[in-house]
Amino acid sequence: MTSTQAPAPGRAPIRRPGDRIFSGVSLGAGLLILAILAGVAIFLTVQGIPGITASPDEVKSGKSFLPYVWPLVYGTLIAATVAMLIAVPVAIGVALFISHYAPRRLGQTLGYLIDLLAAVPSVVYGLWGIGFLAPHLVPFYAWLDEHLGFLPFFGPASATGRTILTASIVLAVMILPIMTAICREIFLQTPRLHEEAALALGATRWEMARLAIFPYARSGIVSAAMLGLGRALGETLAVAMVLSVGVGTVTANLIGSDNPSTIAANIALGFAEATGKSVNALIASGLVLFVITFLVNFAARSIVDRRKEFSGAN
Amino acid sequence: MAKSIDVSDLNIFYGDFLAVEDVTIPIAAKSVTAFIGPSGCGKSTFLRSLNRMHEVIRGARVEGKVLIDGQDLYGADMDPVNVRRMIGMVFQRPNPFPTMSIYDNVLAGQKLNSKRMKKTEADDIVERSLRSAGLWAEVKERLDRPGSGLSGGQQQRLCIARAISVEPEILLMDEPCSALDPISTSVIEDLIHELKTQYTIVIVTHNMQQAARVSDETAFFNLSGVGKPGRLIEHGRTEAIFSNPTDPATEAYIQGRFG
Repeated sequence: MTSTQAPAPGRAPIRRPGDRIFSGVSLGAGLLILAILAGVAIFLTVQGIPGITASPDEVKSGKSFLPYVWPLVYGTLIAATVAMLIAVPVAIGVALFISHYAPRRLGQTLGYLIDLLAAVPSVVYGLWGIGFLAPHLVPFYAWLDEHLGFLPFFGPASATGRTILTASIVLAVMILPIMTAICREIFLQTPRLHEEAALALGATRWEMARLAIFPYARSGIVSAAMLGLGRALGETLAVAMVLSVGVGTVTANLIGSDNPSTIAANIALGFAEATGKSVNALIASGLVLFVITFLVNFAARSIVDRRKEFSGAN
Repeated sequence: MAKSIDVSDLNIFYGDFLAVEDVTIPIAAKSVTAFIGPSGCGKSTFLRSLNRMHEVIRGARVEGKVLIDGQDLYGADMDPVNVRRMIGMVFQRPNPFPTMSIYDNVLAGQKLNSKRMKKTEADDIVERSLRSAGLWAEVKERLDRPGSGLSGGQQQRLCIARAISVEPEILLMDEPCSALDPISTSVIEDLIHELKTQYTIVIVTHNMQQAARVSDETAFFNLSGVGKPGRLIEHGRTEAIFSNPTDPATEAYIQGRFG
């Protein structure tokens, strides 16, 4: 039992140099992340405060900060939410197909193609959205307006198809690869033991997914969704290209021409011409986006942690 | 409840590879049958073919007949999902669903059968199953705790409770005690004795004493050589196999001279 005795007081435990170097490196990496995050937060706060406190006649928009940023926050959240509603089920479905349903070779090919989607630059998605998707969605929007017009989401349809819903669809396609890739890897790691436990009880494949795969993958799915959401909230170019230029209105109509804008797109479009306090206002809107992202991540983590002891990690 | 199994001329393939060759064995209802034999001799594969779990591996197929009370297990109209609801299975390593409570683990099979049931009915099933599995007294105060928080032996009994909660006809056990300590093992062996009054039990084991203790019938499997398929060498009453085996390989294996 000598090996497990605590070292005598005043004598440091023996540590190998490799351990010391490694723990130093990983500590450094962790601190670096914190430092970068703090740096961004400090910059945004310091530069943003003059924008928040600026009087309406000092900035280009001619509004005080809250009325200025609120429609942008609204647009950002709407675009990201709709994108997530589309992309999350598709990502989970595709990942499940690749990992558990498809013949191995087909699954591999499909996985490879989806990874390729992640490599397409966002400007290309923007071009695709504006040049292909928007015009092709016009008849669909007209149909929505005609048949589901009683819902507030499908009001008068845009004639160009450049709407918040189009932007959301483009966003959904953009965030799909990363979410699918992560979900696929997690699904593949589901212990065979749990899958067989479900199957031996007489589960169909779908029931096996519900009993064994999804619960096991829960926290991974949330992580994947958070990465996707982060990109959807922050995506700039594709959204800026797809949406018709406007200050942004707060409307429930997803398919109208008078569409909301997003924070990131607004910064990208406005930054070049902005001067003085207007720049500070844009940076302050960036701070708002930063805080939103932070809060959403925080909320997601706490949801996952709430059932930690049931995660199977113990 | 409790049906007999009648296997005749069964060959099991993985793709082109013949894993188990020409097995013919009758298994009586409400009896315990032990499969013994060296590693890789196909006894687990054969066990899995009795509830079509081997089909989980791609390319697996069988030739021959398995009759459950005269009903062909591999008949064209048999859905493997229904087969597995009728024939429960307990695995080598305890595998309760880690994300579910003890209570939900026991009811997992019931929920698959998508029966809507009242809370009291569900409570009854949980209590009855856990009692049959000899676990009730230990967990009744913490049914809402995760099943993965139990000890290995308790987890395995939880898996047995889960398997019998749907009242299967037959219970297959694939080395259920090999990951457990001797005390948990003896608890589960006692349990097998009680369960055989209601179920037909087939158990694979590497532990010869265990086979001698729990089973009525014993079947000895062996490989005819490296890369050759596993075969059923002989089967019969456990006392007969252990005291007076007909095949020299059986005798050698039982006496610990190989395997």
